[in-house]
Amino acid sequence: MPSTVALTVARYRPEQESEPTVQTYEVPFRKDWVVLDALNHVKDNLDGSLAFRWSCRMGVCGSCGMKVNGTPKLTCATFLSDYLPGPIRVEPLDYFPVIRDLVVDLTDFVRKLKQVRPWIIRKEEKPPAEGEYLQTPDQLDTYKQFSMCINCMLCYSACPIYGLEPGFIGPAAIALAQRYNMDSRDQGAAERLKILSEHDGLWQCTFVGECTKVCPKHVDPAGAIQQYKLTAATHWVKSLLLPWGTR
Amino acid sequence: MMRRITPFLWLLFSAGGTVAALLFPVHLFLTGLAFPFGWLAAPNYESLHRLLMHPVTRLYLFVLISLPLFHWAHRFRYTLYDGLQLKHLTALIAVLCYGAALLGTAMTAYLLWTIS
Amino acid sequence: MSTEPHYTLYHPRWYRRRVSVWWWLQNRSYTGFVLRELTSVFVAFFAVISLWQLRALAQGPEAYAQFLARLRTPRFLALDTVAFLFVLFHAVTWFNLTPKAMVVRLRGKRVPDWVIVAQNYAAWLVLSGVVAFVLLRGR
Repeated sequence: MPSTVALTVARYRPEQESEPTVQTYEVPFRKDWVVLDALNHVKDNLDGSLAFRWSCRMGVCGSCGMKVNGTPKLTCATFLSDYLPGPIRVEPLDYFPVIRDLVVDLTDFVRKLKQVRPWIIRKEEKPPAEGEYLQTPDQLDTYKQFSMCINCMLCYSACPIYGLEPGFIGPAAIALAQRYNMDSRDQGAAERLKILSEHDGLWQCTFVGECTKVCPKHVDPAGAIQQYKLTAATHWVKSLLLPWGTR
Repeated sequence: MMRRITPFLWLLFSAGGTVAALLFPVHLFLTGLAFPFGWLAAPNYESLHRLLMHPVTRLYLFVLISLPLFHWAHRFRYTLYDGLQLKHLTALIAVLCYGAALLGTAMTAYLLWTIS
Repeated sequence: MSTEPHYTLYHPRWYRRRVSVWWWLQNRSYTGFVLRELTSVFVAFFAVISLWQLRALAQGPEAYAQFLARLRTPRFLALDTVAFLFVLFHAVTWFNLTPKAMVVRLRGKRVPDWVIVAQNYAAWLVLSGVVAFVLLRGR
């Protein structure tokens, strides 16, 4: 086991450069350290100007997404020991504008997420006196996997279509739309379908499948999107055959 | 207009892909490899012609040729669009791809209708 | 705050990297994906050959014999071999991916993916057998 490992980190300081550069730091190697620990060591001891996001350091907040050796990863869940002998390349997530160093701007995702209305939509709310909405474990099972999303954006960074199509709503947002569509308490499927079935929303997906590969919570957004394509297509056929009403 | 028929085009793509996946391997193996190489005895003209007389065969052949053409049209269109980033030619690519598939379908339908 | 914060999508100092035309060569998954998409070209190739075969059949025995002779030339044999490999690749990836789009629920539980995949392969075997039987029995 070596005592140190090299970390090659992408830097971008807009006040002094117009293109990203690279800086290498020698950090201590510990077999229980993750990349986030190494980055924090850099910031605490070697170079306080390094900018990056992190929070829970245990894989539930989705803040620390970055590219490690070219693959989108949560840096709090990526062990240094898996990348020996190094050097380990750390770069910001792809397809988002880089604000500084490893920090990217996520406004586009937030905007698209809001577009799919990721909340329970009801035509009429039940008054509290009538009690709770009941749901069986089987009904929960239909959408539970898609509810595990922590909005870490690794899937967006892995999706080439998101990089190529500005209008593509993207894996996590569509998976979350599907999470609500499949929820037995929700009545907003038609509303979401209208938004997503617009040409750029859903149909740009060509099932590359990278999003599912990189998802740290096993949400399987690619599966959610293909299921949604089938739902949208079935709905289209129904609306063609029964134009007077499909609800 | 594209917006409205995209679900339909995806259904055609899926149907064509299924037909191609289930039936093309065996057909291509026999027609393109086994018969020309002589590994298996090819059916002669008369027996194939007799098969063609059945309406079921004609329907089968129509599905066998036209759906995979639409599968190709949809998939290839996106491959050109994303792979080569030909954004400015999107309408032209769509017209050429689906147009070619329609042409192939029309030719197949004509042949199957008029063969005797 | 009495007004909503105003986010602009364009900020002059943020760095935006252009996606290279060669993005699909950057890792194995992407390249595999593009190869999978290119199988559609060979699918179309065989559809056209079938159309050509149909036309030859319609034109009579001499035309059909010419068609068969063409298929025996080395160029076509090579093309057909490559096409066959790509069509196989299409079939395998297609069968493996269909359970993602079609979730079947029986009695409340989701049918596991491998069941759907196995059914696809079974259907493939059966249909291939039927086609082979029809094409090989006639004389």
